[in-house]
Amino acid sequence: MKWMKNLKTYVPPSFVVERDDYRCIRCKACVEQCSFDATFYDEDEDRVWAWNANCVGCNRCAAICPTDAITVRRADPTYRYNHNWNGHVDSLKKRAIFGGTPVVSMGNDKPYPIYWDHMLLNASQVTNPSIDPLREPMELKTFLGRKPDSISVSDDGLKTKLAPQLELDIPIMFAAMSYGALSYNVIEALGRAAKEMGTYYNSGEGGLNKDHYKFKGNIIVQVASGRFGVHKDYLDVGSAIEIKIGQGAKPGIGGHLPGEKVSETISETRMMPKGSDALSPAPHHDVYSIEDLRQLIYALKEATEYKKPVAVKIACVHNVAAIASGIARAGADIIVLDGFKGGTGASPQVIRDNIGLPLEVSLAVVDERLRQEGIRQYVSIVASGGIRNSMDVVKAIALGADAVYIGTAALIAIGCTMCQQCHTGKCAWGISTQDPHLSKRVNPDIASKRLINLLEVWALEIKETMGAMGINSIESLRGNRLNLRGVGLNEKELEILGILPAGE
Amino acid sequence: MRIVKIREDNCIFCHLCEVACIVEHSQSKDIIKAFKREERPIARCTVEFNYPISLSIMCRHCDDAPCIEACQNGSMHRDERGYVVVNPQTCVGCWMCIMACPYGVIKRDTRREKWGLSTKCDLCPDRVIPACVEACPNEALTFEEL
Ligand code: SF4
Ligand code: SF4
Ligand code: SF4
Ligand code: SF4
Ligand code: SF4
Repeated sequence: MKWMKNLKTYVPPSFVVERDDYRCIRCKACVEQCSFDATFYDEDEDRVWAWNANCVGCNRCAAICPTDAITVRRADPTYRYNHNWNGHVDSLKKRAIFGGTPVVSMGNDKPYPIYWDHMLLNASQVTNPSIDPLREPMELKTFLGRKPDSISVSDDGLKTKLAPQLELDIPIMFAAMSYGALSYNVIEALGRAAKEMGTYYNSGEGGLNKDHYKFKGNIIVQVASGRFGVHKDYLDVGSAIEIKIGQGAKPGIGGHLPGEKVSETISETRMMPKGSDALSPAPHHDVYSIEDLRQLIYALKEATEYKKPVAVKIACVHNVAAIASGIARAGADIIVLDGFKGGTGASPQVIRDNIGLPLEVSLAVVDERLRQEGIRQYVSIVASGGIRNSMDVVKAIALGADAVYIGTAALIAIGCTMCQQCHTGKCAWGISTQDPHLSKRVNPDIASKRLINLLEVWALEIKETMGAMGINSIESLRGNRLNLRGVGLNEKELEILGILPAGE
Repeated sequence: MRIVKIREDNCIFCHLCEVACIVEHSQSKDIIKAFKREERPIARCTVEFNYPISLSIMCRHCDDAPCIEACQNGSMHRDERGYVVVNPQTCVGCWMCIMACPYGVIKRDTRREKWGLSTKCDLCPDRVIPACVEACPNEALTFEEL
């Protein structure tokens, strides 16, 4: 007997794995692929069984089964219906039985409002012509960095000296996801796709493996509170440097890469002992004020001879507009706003699910505040956290973003099913793991192709919608809130988002 | 001439190449029937595993094939496509080819009444892309020019 259920530790399973026994040919592919010990083969019975209690619903088994014999279902709760308590009973039990606060991954999964889905875009009809992107040129080129108040031009060209800029062929970049949280092959795929598409991927806080220096020109390097892997060469390889103050999935707390994921190569890259937990402190211990932040920004600019834009990433929190204004004044060239739906490799559940602000709202108030203060041109805004499709990108840009970061969306493109087990290091899709046997499941050739496809399709969709609006350059969409109308929003929400209601 | 290229870095140890090989060499070429109703063919590829390495191995269709040299009656021969195959009509199961193959990719089928049968990769004569290559979910096997 492999296992026996015990009431003392019983929490009802979240999933039921159903196997059509006639269709099952006992190939055991599912057994091998389930990295959560939820599937096993019994030789005496010649049957494949599931241990539902262990199933995390990653659907790897269902995807690999050659006879389509497997269906993974969500287990229906069988407690008496209780509107107040449903969804809380099991998480309370887990705390009581096992002690300790549950750690989770990915983004906030609670049913908070999704403002993207309450905004509709405009289109041209009669009074202005729409544009066919397949016939007419359509510009998605984007520059991130400080813009001058004015420019002067002479016959020899531009006379004004411009601050360093990041040049993006499409206004979509890959968000900070560290080597450590993600496997080597995933980073390789992100790098290749960024290079191919003329955009950037962000190293995250884990430093940069030497092999990936080859992506120079398409990397944004991150400096976070743990300062893992930060040194001169690292800064030099980056096209921009991002100071991470906070992350949407876990505002106010630091990072934690469990020791199981700190392998030989990770320890080398992060410059820390193998197998020890990589803990980044909640604050930067040299940044306790906007003035301190200014010092760090300029220290990094100094170290890189003022050749690279410096970005500051914050989690969207209550006073986001005032904080962003301070960051702009502290000398940042780019502000990254990470909304509360942004993902993570590990976060305490209570933090992920209860802290932060929606990205849409934060973006609107930050853009508005910086405009009012006359400093919007000093910084570019990158919107991050919960961008799910190309229309979220269009709406974000119309609300005031210069570009967006995608993280979860990129992982989904290469297989992730959002099972929220990244922190366990057992990712059955080979994405968020350092187990060399599991991480082979991501083939960088296939993964980079998929990422490129995704970005190409999104770019086309963005062009199509811009064309429908009669806009031929992404510049003209930026902060163009007149192209947005709100549906199902109250007056205050419309006011904060700075958009008109549908019909007005 | 194209052969199956083995990309060890991408093999995820799912055994689906073996499954596909079995189905391709079955009577019905139907996955359920091949496994549940018919005498199951032997998979011509074998997936080897030694954590964290795994890879599928099948005949390399050597230019200078020791198995052909070793075969006493010409059963192991090169077909019109240039691939090394066994003639089941004449193979007597002496296993000399197995002794000779440096890759250990020839298997013994002992289910025939009289003589055994050497069983090895025939590069799926009925297909354009071999079954294992098509079935591999991670492009760990590719069909490429030598
Ligand atoms: S592979 Fe994933 S979905 Fe399938 S049994 Fe295992 S944990 Fe559940
Ligand atoms: S993968 Fe499908 S056919 Fe193979 S053992 Fe699992 S359930 Fe059965
Ligand atoms: S990266 Fe892997 S572990 Fe994390 S949510 Fe996606 S599939 Fe699950
Ligand atoms: S069976 Fe062995 S010796 Fe014969 S061609 Fe194939 S790999 Fe070469
Ligand atoms: S099908 Fe591909 S990945 Fe699976 S065992 Fe065979 S070679 Fe490896």
